Amino acid sequence: MIRIENLVKSFGPKRAVDGVTFNVERGEVLGFLGPNGAGKSTTMRMITGFIPPTEGKVAVGGYDVTESPLEVKRLIGYLPEAAPSYPDMTVHGFLAFAADMRGLSGEAKNKAIGRVVELCFLSSVLHQGIDTLSKGYKHRACLAQALIHDPEVLVLDEPTDGLDPNQKHEVRNLIRDLGRSKAVVFSTHILEEVDAACTRAIIIDRGRIVANGTPAELRGMSGLAGAVTVSGQGVSADKLAPLGRVEVVDGAYRVFPADKAAAGELAREVAELATREGWRLEALRTEEGQLEEVFRRITLPDTVKK
Amino acid sequence: MISAWKTVRTIARRELTSYFTSPVAYVFLVIFLLLTGFFTFTAGGFFERGEASLASFFAWHPWLYLVLVPAVGMRLWSEERRSGTLELLLTMPVTAWQAILGKFLASWAFLAIALALTFPVVLTVNVLGDPDNGVIASGYFGSLLLAGSYLALTCMTSALTRNQVVAFILGVVICLFLILCGFNPVTDLLTRWASPAVVDTVAAFSVIPHFDGFQKGVIDTRDLFYFLSVIGFALFATGVILRNHRAG
Repeated sequence: MIRIENLVKSFGPKRAVDGVTFNVERGEVLGFLGPNGAGKSTTMRMITGFIPPTEGKVAVGGYDVTESPLEVKRLIGYLPEAAPSYPDMTVHGFLAFAADMRGLSGEAKNKAIGRVVELCFLSSVLHQGIDTLSKGYKHRACLAQALIHDPEVLVLDEPTDGLDPNQKHEVRNLIRDLGRSKAVVFSTHILEEVDAACTRAIIIDRGRIVANGTPAELRGMSGLAGAVTVSGQGVSADKLAPLGRVEVVDGAYRVFPADKAAAGELAREVAELATREGWRLEALRTEEGQLEEVFRRITLPDTVKK
Repeated sequence: MISAWKTVRTIARRELTSYFTSPVAYVFLVIFLLLTGFFTFTAGGFFERGEASLASFFAWHPWLYLVLVPAVGMRLWSEERRSGTLELLLTMPVTAWQAILGKFLASWAFLAIALALTFPVVLTVNVLGDPDNGVIASGYFGSLLLAGSYLALTCMTSALTRNQVVAFILGVVICLFLILCGFNPVTDLLTRWASPAVVDTVAAFSVIPHFDGFQKGVIDTRDLFYFLSVIGFALFATGVILRNHRAG
């Protein structure tokens, strides 16, 4: 649904987005990760047609965003960063305005408002002025606006920013459910959201894509991935040493496989060793790797250089 | 085409409603009516003139609007820029000109409402004497065009900045220029170092002579063209400014 080819955006001499290429298909939820100022919002603004690209192409549903902006905008539901809304309107008035702008009227409009009010838990504040609402409600009012026309493509810039943990959970579930039938792109810098909601994630740093894969693949890039952690009475580093490099972490032993491809074998080998040696194991697990570590390793050197 | 116009109407309706959901609209209306009353009857010497006309009413409009119209128009785009709703609005299926036109028409309609509420002066003059109501109608028409011109220019300054105060001041300065450039002291000043052709060109930009015709009941197509072209130019410039802002 979304095709992005060699997208570039320059602000003066600074290239905020520098040759980004990716696709998002229907049924995919793409997590867009990166440190602040990496170019996430700029990329999203180009997808939604708010700012024109300096170079490159964006096509949504087969329409080029510079050539047919209206067709593209009709397909997209967009939650801008910081979830802006008109403070002098009521939630209902705001959603009715969004519905009018999307060409909904009469029964279809009422149905659409009812649907998003339920999806975003807004019924208790429906007739309150937006300026009187808490941040979480304001945020969800803007999210509801993005969903009002049941769009095929959703672009959400930090959809869980400023929400409490319960609300975050609800919004993540919502994104995951919506992703079954739509193409969804959302940006975040909360890494656990990638696991909670994404089918694929892209890490972007200083305008360039530095990693692109499923959450499992990204975790696999971690140095920790495939290591086996073992703890218990009698466990000794010397006996584990032949299996691979051994580290002691919080009283447990962590064995790193010599060959990452054979990592699956390692846990079994450690278990057999334990049986032979008569260790009384308390824990034995294969590490999946941590996204946070991958994220830091990929993006930190650049942050430090600045 | 029909759906394009519908979008303009949707934007205009939202904008107009937002005037009346805040106290600003009512404060503005009260001040506008008080000031028109003051200028017409006290400063303008409505009764002392002893004629059945609204000359003392309309004559003050270029000056009254100088402060009041930028106050109405200053928030149009700067508020959208400040609060980030500009991004929301322009990523909905609208073209920039639909948004510009919708917002402009809404605030122009608001000014028309304010102007319509001055109807008691029309009643007063009709009760006291026998005025030419055709002249009054043309005066109102001219006044509305004048307000529209100031408003379009404020729309333009509002698109320039996210700060309403800056938009207001720039709007006042540009409108003031349009008043003063035809004034004798200013044109006299210019004749000292500019050629008569330049002086005439600058003076031709002044709103006052174009507004005068309407006050006298003369609707000249040149005056009409002047006001409409000021509005057209300012709204076009608004579009260019917004496009440049988005292009970064």
